[in-house]
Amino acid sequence: MEWLTMARWSPYAVGAGIGLLSCLAFLLSDKPLGCSTAFARTSGMLERIFRGKRTLEKAYYQKFTPSVDWEWMLVAGLIAGAYLSSAISGDFQVLWVPDVWRAGAGDGKLLRWIVALAGGILIGFGSRWAGGCTSGHGISGTLQLALSSWIAAVCFFFFFIATAMLLFRFILQV
Amino acid sequence: MIGIGFGFFLHKGGVTDYNVIINQLLLKDFTVVKIMLTAVLVGMIGVHLLRSLGLAELHPKPGSIGASLVGGLIFGVGFGLLGYCPGTVAGAFATGALDALFGGILGMLIGAGLFAQFYPKLESGILHKGDFGSKTLPTLIGVNAWIVILVVSLLIAGLLWGLEKAGL
Repeated sequence: MEWLTMARWSPYAVGAGIGLLSCLAFLLSDKPLGCSTAFARTSGMLERIFRGKRTLEKAYYQKFTPSVDWEWMLVAGLIAGAYLSSAISGDFQVLWVPDVWRAGAGDGKLLRWIVALAGGILIGFGSRWAGGCTSGHGISGTLQLALSSWIAAVCFFFFFIATAMLLFRFILQV
Repeated sequence: MIGIGFGFFLHKGGVTDYNVIINQLLLKDFTVVKIMLTAVLVGMIGVHLLRSLGLAELHPKPGSIGASLVGGLIFGVGFGLLGYCPGTVAGAFATGALDALFGGILGMLIGAGLFAQFYPKLESGILHKGDFGSKTLPTLIGVNAWIVILVVSLLIAGLLWGLEKAGL
C-alpha cells in the first residue's frame, strides 16, 4: 500500500484518473465535473444571510439557485479528498506564503494576501463571465469538444502564463 | 464520492501546490499541462464511447466571443495572481494553505457575488456578442465526432511525447 502514502504520483496516472472520473460523472450523474458554480451558489447563500429573500430576486440567482447541489458536494468532496491525500502522505502544512512567492516577494503575509484576494476576485468574476473554470471548461468542456470551452481554455492559459511571467519575471524578478 | 476522488487525485498530482502551478506558468514545470492533457485524452475517448453506446449524453456549455474570450482573459489574469483555480484552491486550502482560504476562496466568493450584481447588464450586452450557442467542434466543422477525437488525440499524444522528448 506504499503508493497510497506517496506524496506525488505520475502526472499521467493522475490525468488518466481524472479522465476516468469524468466518465464516471457522465455515466452515473449525467454531469460534467466543474467547480466554479459552487462558489457562485455559496456567495448567494451568504448574501441571503445578510440581505434575506431579496437576494433570490437577482436574475443570476434565478438561474443558479443559491443552494447545495451536486457540484457543491463535488467541491466539498474535493476538499475532503485533498485533505485525506495530504494527511496520509504527511505533507499537510499550515502556511501563508508559498515558497516561490517568498523567493521573489519575501515572506510578508499582507502582500501575499492582497494579491491572492485580488486574484480570487478576478477568478470569481471571470469564471462566471466565461461560464466555467479550469475544470468545467478546461477539462470537462474540452473533452466534450465544446467550442466555447476550447476558446475559454486557450484564453485561460494564455493570460495565465502572461500574467505570471509579468509578475515573476519583471516585477518580482525571480 | 467523485469529489473525494477528484481531490485525492489533484493532491497526488501536486497541483494543489502553489509552487507547482506557478512553475508551470513560468514554463519550468509541465505537470499541470500533462495532467490536463491526459485527463482530456482519456475523458474524451471515454465519454464519447459512453455516448456512442447510448449510456451518456453530452452537455456542452453555450458560449460567445464576448463571454468565452473576455471571461477567459479576466479568469487567466486572476489565475496568474492567485496561482490556484477554483478546484485547486479548495484542494490547497485542504492541505493547509491559508492564502488559498483567506485570499482565494474569499476573493472568489466576492467576485462571484459582484458578477451576480452586474449580471443583468452584462447579459443584455457583452455576454451575447458573437453568440455561437453550445456548438461543438464536430458540429462546427460538420464531420463525425470520432474524426475530431482522432485528430485531437494525436495532437495531445504528440505534444506529450514532445514534452518528454524535450526533458520537461
